[in-house]
Amino acid sequence: MSAAALFDRRARRARRDSLTAHMPAVAWWTVCLIVAALFLAPLVMVVLTALKTPAEAAASPPHFWPHHISLKNFSELGSSGAGIVRYVLNTTIVSLGTVLGTVVLATLGGYGFARFRFRGSNVLFLVVLGTLMVPFQALLTPLYSVLHVLRLQNSLLGLTLVYITFQLPFALFVMRTAFSGVPRELEDAAAIDGAGVLATLVRVLVPVVKPAVVTVALFAFFSAWNEFLAALIFLSDQARYTLPVFLTTLVTGRLGAINWGVLEAGVVITMIPCIVIFLLLQRYYVRGLVTGAIK
Amino acid sequence: MARASTLARRRTVTGVLLISPALVLVTVFFLIPLALMIWMSLHKWPLLGHASWAGLANYTAMFKDPTFLHALGFTVKYTVLITPVLLVVGFGLALLVREQRPGVGFFRTTFFMPFVIGFAAASYLWLWLLDPGVGLLDRGLQDLGLASKPILWMETPNRALFAVILMVVWKVVGFTMLLLMSGLQSIPNEVQEAAKVDGAKRRQTLAHITLPLLRRTIALVTILAVAGSFLAFDQFYILTNGGPNNQTLTLVYWIYSSSFANFQLGYGAAMSVALMLVLMVITAVQLYLLRDETEA
Repeated sequence: MSAAALFDRRARRARRDSLTAHMPAVAWWTVCLIVAALFLAPLVMVVLTALKTPAEAAASPPHFWPHHISLKNFSELGSSGAGIVRYVLNTTIVSLGTVLGTVVLATLGGYGFARFRFRGSNVLFLVVLGTLMVPFQALLTPLYSVLHVLRLQNSLLGLTLVYITFQLPFALFVMRTAFSGVPRELEDAAAIDGAGVLATLVRVLVPVVKPAVVTVALFAFFSAWNEFLAALIFLSDQARYTLPVFLTTLVTGRLGAINWGVLEAGVVITMIPCIVIFLLLQRYYVRGLVTGAIK
Repeated sequence: MARASTLARRRTVTGVLLISPALVLVTVFFLIPLALMIWMSLHKWPLLGHASWAGLANYTAMFKDPTFLHALGFTVKYTVLITPVLLVVGFGLALLVREQRPGVGFFRTTFFMPFVIGFAAASYLWLWLLDPGVGLLDRGLQDLGLASKPILWMETPNRALFAVILMVVWKVVGFTMLLLMSGLQSIPNEVQEAAKVDGAKRRQTLAHITLPLLRRTIALVTILAVAGSFLAFDQFYILTNGGPNNQTLTLVYWIYSSSFANFQLGYGAAMSVALMLVLMVITAVQLYLLRDETEA
């Protein structure tokens, strides 16, 4: 027997003995399927309940399966407050605004920090990264006053600008790293062709750093779509609420009757876009999470 | 000579122009509020009307405010309880899915999925799930014979805390799993195999090889969990309302109530400064641990 084959057999045995690889396929599948069921159950059950009739959704004790599939809970959402369409629209405006603003500012800034260093630019970059040390939640009290002075309080634009600001440190970090990894020859070639800085950036460099742009965009989207506390504080007009804040209006008084079917239909509408986008683009999102946390 | 310096100056101007939009936002919505926070914390600052100088009164008031002291204690308690749960459950899941085998992608995606749902939506989902009347959790526990009657989750502070921890673990443990998994994958297979060849038992390998090599990932996960838990708000606002009797009020929740329900913005700002200092210490520890990584 060759040494290589011997090593291979040893390695295989070692692998079999290692922590979970020793698990036979049947046991592994059983454990994983049970755990997966625990993780998925709340999501499946909330969708099933939203599809019940309002009366059945309020039944106590509850049933697991709907007896009648009904969209009544969703149609009732249409007439709650300013109507669900308005809240989806508000949330979409804020989220896409945050994505657009973050991507544009972080692309420009990341390129500047990576390629156009000047005296003090590293210090400025450290200042931007330093903002990560101050929790967003601590700044909400003074931010309220700043937005008030700028007449941006109770405004979707004001909320969007705040969200962009708190996305920027991470986004600038990701974009600067991405631009630093691009060979300089690409820019030199574009410069010889007479392209200006912006044209080079947009036509030559952005396509190269596309994965980083997608990562930055996804982070901006998820955080803006789901953010609760700042939206709760800064938006005072019900017609301007985003979806997470709108959900609070569906719970009127802890002891008063909650219309459970309608509330859970609202939860479904709030979470579905996040799940769909995650399933489509999880590659970019997961890579960003791992590198972002380890930075 | 002159040409070269003109060129350098032009590059500087371009650099400044490229980064200035981002810097404007950071200045207006971060640096100015940061300075204003400290200024406000030294004043009696109502929502409307004039602010008046208060010196350090807001800071000394904190230590005489039983609600603040209780919220601080409760936030620490929540953090201390949930962090090891996230680590242990996350590590177990990471061991399950770290190796490439058929079906593993599906399970990784499934375990991670609740992480992308917002805290507000997840909390309203669990508000229903945990409801003693219409919720399916109590119904399921009774069907399985684990409970004889509906559990009133929000009636006592400890049960409410347990329910919130259950929800948060469901929602965020996939992230812990992901970080620990990538840590495990970065340990060369040969290291563990060598231990096996040397006759090490599985438990010995875990205790003496895997965990020490994973030390820095574990430290990172711990600090992320500590910082995240220390800033908890949404889940308590929605699931417990801080109750019963303000017993599950967190620090951020009390800052929110002081500033925007009691309109004591100066006091809210002082507590925010305290919160910021605690978080800065935590982040400094994080940076220290990560610097250690590059030196090793």
